[in-house]
Amino acid sequence: MTVQLDARPPVVPAPPRSSGRLSRLDTRLSPYLYIAPFFLLFAVFGVYPLAYTFWVSLHDWDLLGADHPFVGAENYTRLLADPDFWHALVNTLGIFVISTVPQLLAALWLANLLNRGLRARTGWRMAVLVPNVTSTAAVAIVFGVIFGREFGMINWLLDLVGLDAIGWKSNRFASWVAISAMVDWRWTGYNALILLAAMQAIPRDLYESASIDGANRARQFWSITVPLLKPTIIFCAIIATIGGLQLFTEPRLFHSGTNPIRGGPMRESQTLTMYMFENAFAPHYNFGYGSAVAWLLFALIAIVAAVNVLILRRLGGGAGPRKETTP
Amino acid sequence: MAVFPRRRLAAVALAATTALLVTAGCGGGGDEGGDGPVTLTVDVFGQFGYEQLYREYMDANPGVKIVERGTGTNLDEYSPKLTQWLAAGRGAGDVVAIEEGLMVEYKANPGNFVNLLDHGATDLKGNFLEWKWNAGLTADGKQLIGLGTDVGGIAICYRKDLFAKAGLPTERDEVSKLWPTWPDYIATGERFVAAKTGASFLDAATNTFNTILLQAAGNTTGYSYYDTSDSLVVDSNPSVRQAWDTTMDIIDSGLSGKYGSWSEEWVSAFKQSKFATIACPAWMTGVIEANAGTAAQGKWDIARVPGNGGNWGGSHLAVPKQSKHQAEAIELVKFLTSAKGQIGAFKAKGPLPSSPQALDDPAITGATNAYFSGAPVGAIFGTGAKSLKPVYMGPKNQAVRTEVENAVRTVELGQRSPAQGWTDAVTNAKKAAAK
Repeated sequence: MTVQLDARPPVVPAPPRSSGRLSRLDTRLSPYLYIAPFFLLFAVFGVYPLAYTFWVSLHDWDLLGADHPFVGAENYTRLLADPDFWHALVNTLGIFVISTVPQLLAALWLANLLNRGLRARTGWRMAVLVPNVTSTAAVAIVFGVIFGREFGMINWLLDLVGLDAIGWKSNRFASWVAISAMVDWRWTGYNALILLAAMQAIPRDLYESASIDGANRARQFWSITVPLLKPTIIFCAIIATIGGLQLFTEPRLFHSGTNPIRGGPMRESQTLTMYMFENAFAPHYNFGYGSAVAWLLFALIAIVAAVNVLILRRLGGGAGPRKETTP
Repeated sequence: MAVFPRRRLAAVALAATTALLVTAGCGGGGDEGGDGPVTLTVDVFGQFGYEQLYREYMDANPGVKIVERGTGTNLDEYSPKLTQWLAAGRGAGDVVAIEEGLMVEYKANPGNFVNLLDHGATDLKGNFLEWKWNAGLTADGKQLIGLGTDVGGIAICYRKDLFAKAGLPTERDEVSKLWPTWPDYIATGERFVAAKTGASFLDAATNTFNTILLQAAGNTTGYSYYDTSDSLVVDSNPSVRQAWDTTMDIIDSGLSGKYGSWSEEWVSAFKQSKFATIACPAWMTGVIEANAGTAAQGKWDIARVPGNGGNWGGSHLAVPKQSKHQAEAIELVKFLTSAKGQIGAFKAKGPLPSSPQALDDPAITGATNAYFSGAPVGAIFGTGAKSLKPVYMGPKNQAVRTEVENAVRTVELGQRSPAQGWTDAVTNAKKAAAK
């Protein structure tokens, strides 16, 4: 017996002191190690380009030139006095507003439809995402054809009903509308799915008690669904803001021919990212000036995002289900 | 609240990873070393007509494989890409085509290219028109960046079927007689418009503007937007103003179809026979054939350009320093720019040789183009090619030209009056030159 007992190895060997330290170090450090790959990637592909772009923006930097003399803030002062920059900013904000507002309204409506007991529900839900997985280039080319001045489908339809053709690419507002249509085509379904997910988290009993109180569907939608969706709507708005302020592919591919980066003969739909490209690459190859545009765009997005966050804070608190809903 | 920044960071990281993978996938054309066949990448735009020549060269040099990129692309897409490759130090082909307008900018930074004078190019000087050779030389004459491919002798290409419909003569000599000068060309256009054929007289005012400008500049000062000491003279050079005024007359007479040149609509307009004439540098014949397609074969013909001669466009072939097969690439450049190579390209796609030997060769002087109703293209473009006067181009030529042509376009589209357009052209050109 005793032999047996002695032969049995200790169930839990007493850990040596140093290994205790190691394990404590392990619990303390390994989380950082696990998230390190992301931060390393972010440092290389996020922070470094950001800092380098800022460094470039302080120089007179010809893309091909050998010398890049330091000019301080000159690129920025010139840029702030550059009417084409402000023009591009107005274009960007204009396209942003006329694309985002209808987009979120349509997404809300779509989500509401999809939230009902439809047949083949999953099929419908997948279907609204199809435009989003279509390549932007393909979308832009097709829309470019639809909105053509002479051979375009819309002008052909206008002609059928006896209306004048619209210069979709040379009329500022018309080109904004055309580009917004492209953006909405791609992103409405995506936002609808996000809103749908939030809608399904709303407790059914709220609707039930509302029906008992005699509220019809529309009333339920505006008094229950929309208030409870507020944080999600704001999230969608922020994502749309970031996408909208960096809009490039759609307006760039909407124009073809010589120097499409101008976004029309009088820069009708040139966005800020296009203006950045025009300066940093063809035809100016002024990398310093282009980098200054990039940094001001970054600042603009930061400001808009901060405003969004403030709104989110204020509305987010009040968006939870209220204990007493006064009709 | 915390959800959003993290998501954004995640999105950035995802994008960065994707970019990394994509970059790794696209890295470098033709850099496999070792003993296997050397792959040379050739970067071109538009229609250079080299396919047959590549085959011949590969047959004669079994150790070389040639891959071409970019045929059919627009110069405005090609130039920034090439510039980025050069700036990044990788990505460019072993042989790259450089258009005359861009050559000026590249000459300012010749370090990106192999000096062909160090590789036996000096002996080839006699193979090129003198000004074409000089166009590839840096200002100090010590480095040769590229060897000339083609020059852009100008004519007018026209649709015989549309001319017949409008009751105009269709035979090329008679058509040439219609327009000894630009005002005559406009008068013919007015007759054409009055006949209401459903087509416009010309494609886009910008193309015609550039033709008139280069012709006027070549015949007088020898420079356009910049004088030879590189000062911007857009508002003081009479050639620019003359081209502007003539173009305004063209627009005023309603001759233009307003199809922005090189746009998708422009290509559709070719296919749908929407215009009757187009300013036609020799290299444009290949573009017309590609755009209008086989359905229009035999419906096009070529007549003399109004006014006197002129040169638009033309390119050089260069070897970037980043190429890993410089020696092989230089040999290929010499082959493609030789008289034989230039004749081969001309036969394939129409770019007019810049080699006097090629221009004198019966293969050129007797050449006809079946697509253009058998027009004697060799005689039309080649005659006078040797006496072409080059137009000097200043440092920001491309950016300035873009601004002025955009001003033409705003007037053409009715967005600006001719007077406003001219003011825009001058102010925007000055602004672009200062950037």
